[in-house]
This record gives sequence, structure tokens and C-alpha cells, in this order.
Amino acid sequence: MVLSRARREDAVTTIAFPAPDAAVLGRREAIIAGLARLLPAEAVITSEDERRAFETDALTAYRQVPLAVVLPSTTEEVAAVLRFCHAEGVKVVPRGAGTSLAGGAIPQEDAVVLGIAKMNRVLDIDFVNRTARVQAGITNLAISQAVAHEGFFYAPDPSSQLACTIAGNIAMNSGGAHCLKYGVTTNNLLGVTMVLLDGTVVEIGGAHLDAPGYDMLGLVCGSEGQLGVITEATVRILRQAEGARPALMGFDSVETAGACVAAIIGAGIIPVALEFMDRPAIKVCEAFAHAGYPLDVEALLIIEVEGSEAEIEDALKRIVAIAERFSPKALRVSRSEAESAAIWKGRKSAFGAMGRIADYLCMDGTIPTGQLPHVLKRISEICTGYGLGVANIFHAGDGNLHPLVLYDINKPGELEKAEAAGADILKLCVEVGGCLTGEHGVGIEKRDLMRHQYSEVDLVQQMRIRGVFDPAWLLNPAKVFPLDGRVVQ
Amino acid sequence: MTLPRSATISDTVLTPENEQEAAALVAACAAAARPLAIRGGGTKAAVGRPVNAEATLSTKALTGITLYEPAELVIAARAGTPLAEIERTLAERGQMLPFEPADARALLGSEGEATVGGLAATNLSGPRRIMAGACRDAMIGVRFVNGRGEVVKSGGRVMKNVTGLDLVKLAAGSWGTLGLLTEVTFKVQPKAERLATLVIEGLDDARGVEALNAALGSPFEITGAAHLPAGLGGERARTVLRIEGFSPSVDYRVGELRHLLAPYGPAERIVDAGEARRLWQDVRDVRFLAEPQAHAVWRLSTVPTAGPRVVAAVAGLAEARFFYDWGGGLVWLSVRAEGDCGATMIREALAPHGGHATLWRAPADIRAALQPFQPLAAPLMRLSEGVKRAVDPAGIFEPGRMYAGI
Repeated sequence: MVLSRARREDAVTTIAFPAPDAAVLGRREAIIAGLARLLPAEAVITSEDERRAFETDALTAYRQVPLAVVLPSTTEEVAAVLRFCHAEGVKVVPRGAGTSLAGGAIPQEDAVVLGIAKMNRVLDIDFVNRTARVQAGITNLAISQAVAHEGFFYAPDPSSQLACTIAGNIAMNSGGAHCLKYGVTTNNLLGVTMVLLDGTVVEIGGAHLDAPGYDMLGLVCGSEGQLGVITEATVRILRQAEGARPALMGFDSVETAGACVAAIIGAGIIPVALEFMDRPAIKVCEAFAHAGYPLDVEALLIIEVEGSEAEIEDALKRIVAIAERFSPKALRVSRSEAESAAIWKGRKSAFGAMGRIADYLCMDGTIPTGQLPHVLKRISEICTGYGLGVANIFHAGDGNLHPLVLYDINKPGELEKAEAAGADILKLCVEVGGCLTGEHGVGIEKRDLMRHQYSEVDLVQQMRIRGVFDPAWLLNPAKVFPLDGRVVQ
Repeated sequence: MTLPRSATISDTVLTPENEQEAAALVAACAAAARPLAIRGGGTKAAVGRPVNAEATLSTKALTGITLYEPAELVIAARAGTPLAEIERTLAERGQMLPFEPADARALLGSEGEATVGGLAATNLSGPRRIMAGACRDAMIGVRFVNGRGEVVKSGGRVMKNVTGLDLVKLAAGSWGTLGLLTEVTFKVQPKAERLATLVIEGLDDARGVEALNAALGSPFEITGAAHLPAGLGGERARTVLRIEGFSPSVDYRVGELRHLLAPYGPAERIVDAGEARRLWQDVRDVRFLAEPQAHAVWRLSTVPTAGPRVVAAVAGLAEARFFYDWGGGLVWLSVRAEGDCGATMIREALAPHGGHATLWRAPADIRAALQPFQPLAAPLMRLSEGVKRAVDPAGIFEPGRMYAGI
């Protein structure tokens, strides 16, 4: 549930947490005393009221009040905390801004939350070599803001970029609306400082390209806080394009919209963004943003291109010529900044607008784009089968699908039905050749579905590698891998 | 060792005909602790530390494109599929591998046909890497046989996928030490309609690299940025930039770049398209340093503007010749193959800037005596050893190819 209208305290949800370790709970006072010796007083949070602020993330249906919360300010403090927790056998849940939609930052009662939000400084910007070194608690948007005065930006742009941290982005290998052209976090990350559970500080990569040995950076990116705690990162920054402008087109069927996307890409055009909305999503977004979306179409595409004014004109002309072969019911090229802003406002406010009319679960599967008509039909059938509504938002260029499964938190049993529908949808994504999660991560949300995508051999191999970094499974342990069948050294 | 009946053995080359056979062979070798070399086309076999293997596992019979969806920008092929077949198939639909894979044969003096598996295992990327990412960035799925003889898959055929640990990246550039790749899936890109190359002549290294980075920091989307000192394919030094895209866009960017680069001298456009393509192929394949074959060749990756400074610190090495790609961040350096081939001096020169140096070409006895791959800091080496054990517990895949012990 995201942006829920009302919080239901007695929510019974289907995803289990491991039973807390009674011995650790029993030693709570001693553990807190130990942490207090390592950090300044204000960096150790112990009162129940204050701990409650950390009980969940953006998957708010699940809540666990942690044992304690620590907010270190330096890599050395992070190392001291981890070394202590390792020696004491205490679980650690790393946390950036707590915006995970997959429950990646949800604590456990017997775990210490290690929040790095205080570590939010820009350490170095090298415009000539186009890199930025930052502390990992900085927000995604703050990096772009720090380099904007020279016309640069940091490319991955998850919807939560105002709040989410680069540490969280690295943990989840976050994407965004513009990754068709610019890639996701792993393609824009050059180096990290990471602290292992035993307190060892590891430097991976740097400001140069490619790794000298195994691609540990690639392994760490998307590892959901289970291999180590990232305290600093070096990212690539890019020069902004001279301008960008979208076109809007509506079609009377999902198939036609999908064929149009395929034809555009087939013609060698890679737009910087290629967004798709279905009829229910269009309706809600238009009511909220008054973007001038056509309401009599089944599918809407927003296609954005970048460059100088002349380059934009040329690219849009090519795109429009292709689109016209598919008899669009609506076709509009933005002619002004205001018009572009309105077109994007509708799309960018989609989740918020939807939250005003219903509670919803935001799913995040990826599918081969050619499967879109089949998948959307099946999603509609699945949700109808549970008596629930659904709206679909889709990064059409890369196949990343965000069905919003609509439900009412105040109707008993509806959240559970929405979770079941969501699971069916993700299984469908895997069935057609896609995956469970394109950019949100597995967290707890998709943990129990992992066997639908991976064989036992695949999972055990991943767990063995995970075990190299954290043999005792103390780092964010309730996440990613199903609770049964774990390989613990 | 028991072998499936259809597997062939000749001169201890094992040539499994499918993934299951490959897995059975590996399981048998693991049980007998028989170290294996892995062989695709063998074009890059002479890179790294020499390996004492009892048998060679060849991907020769694991061939064929298994998936190609141009509209989804994705292609998958079995590991032994020739790279040339992939490139031909993509070209028929106006597409390409984004990272511009090199043909290593001229530089390494090797023969044979590069394969998809060898490409992935060496993570080798050409000039377009600065814009389009490395080989590892284009890799979205792998299947491989691990050291237990199990078939493992990671990633898939969709370009956005964060489900579980990304073992695809781990496989990229692991030089066969983590398993036998059996299938690789790549993200592909449309081929540009038009290519333009700008050349500024006569700049020294530092100034040339400065010009490249001025262009790379502009909004004009550079897809190649190299500096060729005097004597490498031309009498004067050449600072070269590549611009690709639709024709009106290319013309516009060329105009803007000429203006931007005016302080560095006139930027001339290479008119002959064939000549321009050959130039970038030569940069990609390191043709300039192919001869003399007896010389050692280093591949250095560092911060772009540090490139000339690192080179200045090692230019005293015997018969040093070099050029820069990736805006100065990739340095190819040829030296006389004697002593440590400059290893100590080169790595000391790199240290203040960060980066790594790989001895890309040298006689086997030198590669055996040196560390051809950049030595890793102790914590990273420990993790690397752990990862190796987690994937290949008996240590049978290309033991020591990258580092002693892994």
C-alpha cells in the first residue's frame, strides 16, 4: 500500500518475518549500551516513539519496530557499529531514506537499523572528468542539483528522487523514466566505499572505468544491503541535453500502441523516454493534472526526445511519420515549455493521483515488450477475478511495467486479495520471459516469489556468493531470499 | 572420468555438444580435481597468467543464436557462436552491439574466430564505451556451468531486471575463472544513420586530452574520443572525435563542436567515410601497436585527464609508444618486453590517480613471472577468493589465469 488514505493498525498481511531472536531481545539494554559507547548520544535512538519513525518504509502495510536505530556520521562510525553487531550477533538493517516500495528497509524487532541519512555531503565534483564523489546518504536529486549550475546531471531518476538516497539506489539498482537512453544505477556507478559486516572497509572501483578483477561493483549494485553498507560513492555525471520535448499519442488499442513503439525502435530511434498509460490510468491522471490527455483512447504514449531545437524537430517529425501509419486517435507534439510540463505532470503525478481515489499496490515486473497486449489482457482478468481494479503505467521502451492494483484498505480482506493479485501478475511477467522486479527490488515483497524466477540451483549459487560477504546472515536478513532453504555457512 | 558418449576428446580437448553435456563434463572434472582451460575461438588465449590445465573445454559445438527481437533490442546466443555471426545478423536489421567489441587478433597475433562467450568473459569494450557503456553494461543475461557442474542462470532477456544478485556482471570479465558460459544475452542498439569524424592535428598529449574532454563535457554526444601522438598512423599528432546519429543532428553537432574546439585549432572533418571507419577500427583494435609483435603491450584505465600524466611518468621505458582512447582514460602502451616490462613503474604512476594496468601482451614466461592483472587490495582480494570458492569450490576453472589462487 502506498499513500494510503487511512492506516489500518490491525493489518494482517501475508509475508512472514522470522521470529525475533529472544536472546538478542533479552540483551537489548547491553546492546544499546555498547552502541552508545561507539557513537555520540544523539546518534543512538532508543525510545519507542523515536524508533517507531523507522518501523516501515514505503511498503507501509508492514511494520516492525527495531531494537535500536543508529545514525552514524562517518565511515569509521559505520565500521564500528558493524564490527560491534557482528561480534554480538545482532542483525543490521541498512537504511537510506526509507522509500523502498518493496520493503527493503523494513526493520526487524531484533535488528539495529543503521541509517546513513546524516552522511549527505558532496565530497568532490570533477566536471572535466565528469564524476561526483558523494557520501551515500545524499539524495538522488541533490546530486543533480549540486552539478546543475554547470549544466550537468546524474542520470538515473527514480520517481522518489527528491527523497531517496544514492545508497538506496545502489542497493536496489534503481532505474527511472530515462533509463532507455541513460541506463540504470549500475551503468552510472564508478566506485563505492563499502563496509563489510566485520567492519572491514573495502574500496571498489574509483573514478576510472571498469574493474581490474571481478566486477564487484556490479555485484554490489542491486544486492539490497545484504553484502555491506555503502558509505561513499563515485558516480558519472552527464552534460544535460540542450532541450527536450515530448509528443503525446493515443491509440484505440493496446496492440496498436505496442506496434507503434516497436516501429519507432525498429527505425533506429531511441527516445529519451517512452511512457505508456492505459485507459484507467489516463482517466485518473487527466482528472488530477488537466494535461489535455485524450479520454477516448485505450492507450496513451508519451515519447520524449532530446537535443537542440532543430534536432528535436527532426526526431519528432520522424516519430510522427511512423505513428501516423498506425492511425492514432490523438497526436500532439508539444509546442511550448508549458505544454511539455503539463504532459509530464500527468504522468509524474500518476501514483499520487491514483492514491487520492484508492489504495493501491504498485507492482514492478518487466516483460518482453512484444508481450504487452497479452500481459495487459491477463492483468485485467487477474484483477477482475479478485474483484479489484487496476491501472497500468509502463516504461514502454524497456518493458518495465507498473500495474497499480487498486483496493480499499478499510474493507477486510482486500489488501490480502491485492497481494494475491499482485503475486499472480508477477508470476505472469516471469512466465512470458520477464522478471519479478525491474527497478524496485525484491525486498520482502517479492521474496517468496523468487522460486518462480529462479531454480533452486540459481538461488543457492546466489546465496553462496552472498555468504562470502556476510556468512552469518546478519545484514538485512529477512529480505530477497525465501526464508526456508537458506544456505548459511 | 566418465564422459557422455557423444562428447569427443582429442588431445584432451573436450567439446560438449550441449549444455547438459558440458555440465556433466565439468562435474566429472570437479570430482577428479582436474583443472580446465576454457576455449572459445582462442583469439585472446594469450592474455593473463599461463594456466596449467589438464584439459581444454571448448565451446565450439555450443553455437547458435537463440533469440533475436530487433524491436526489443535484444539478442541471445550460445557461447561458441562467432561474434561475426552476431554482428552480421544485427547488421541485417540495422543494429549492433553497443560497446564496439574489438578484434584482438592483430594485436595478439592470434588466429581463429572470436566468440560470444569469449567476448563476455573478457569484458572487452571499444571506443564507444564512453557513451554506450562497457560489454558488461550490455550483458543482461547469462547461463553458465559452475564448478559443481550445475547450470546457473542469472538475469534474462529484459533490460531492466533487479531480481536477485547480479551474477551477469560477475561473469563479465571473469576470464573463465568462474565457470563455463553457455549462453549470453545482450542489449543491442540501432546503428547510426551517419558517422562524422573530426580531427585536430598537432596537439601534445595533455592538450589533446583536454580538447577531448571539452567535447565530452558538451551536450553534443561524442561516441569516440581518442588522441594519437605523432608517429602512430600519421606524421602529426591527431586528436579525433566521433559523432553519430541522424544526418541533420550529426551536421549540427559537428558545427557546434568545431566552434567549441576552436581554441585547440581547426577541427577538420574526415570526408571519406571508409577512411573514418578504418580509423576507428584501428583505435578499437589497437592496430597502431600491433607491431613489433615482440614488444609488450599494457592496457591502462584511469581518470581521463590523468592519462597524459601517467604516460609522462613512464615515457622513459624502453621504446615506449602509446595512444589514448576514452577521452584519455584508456591508455594503450607498448614497451620492450624485458625485465618487468615496466610493471612497477606503471603501477606506481597510476596509484595517485586511481585505475588499473593489465599486461595485455607479453611472452608467456614474463606473464608467468609478473602479475598481468592489477594486484588487488587485501580486502578485495579476500572477497575475490571467497567468490571464486563459492562458484568453483574445487578451483578447476582456469586456475591462476587472473590471480594466483583464484
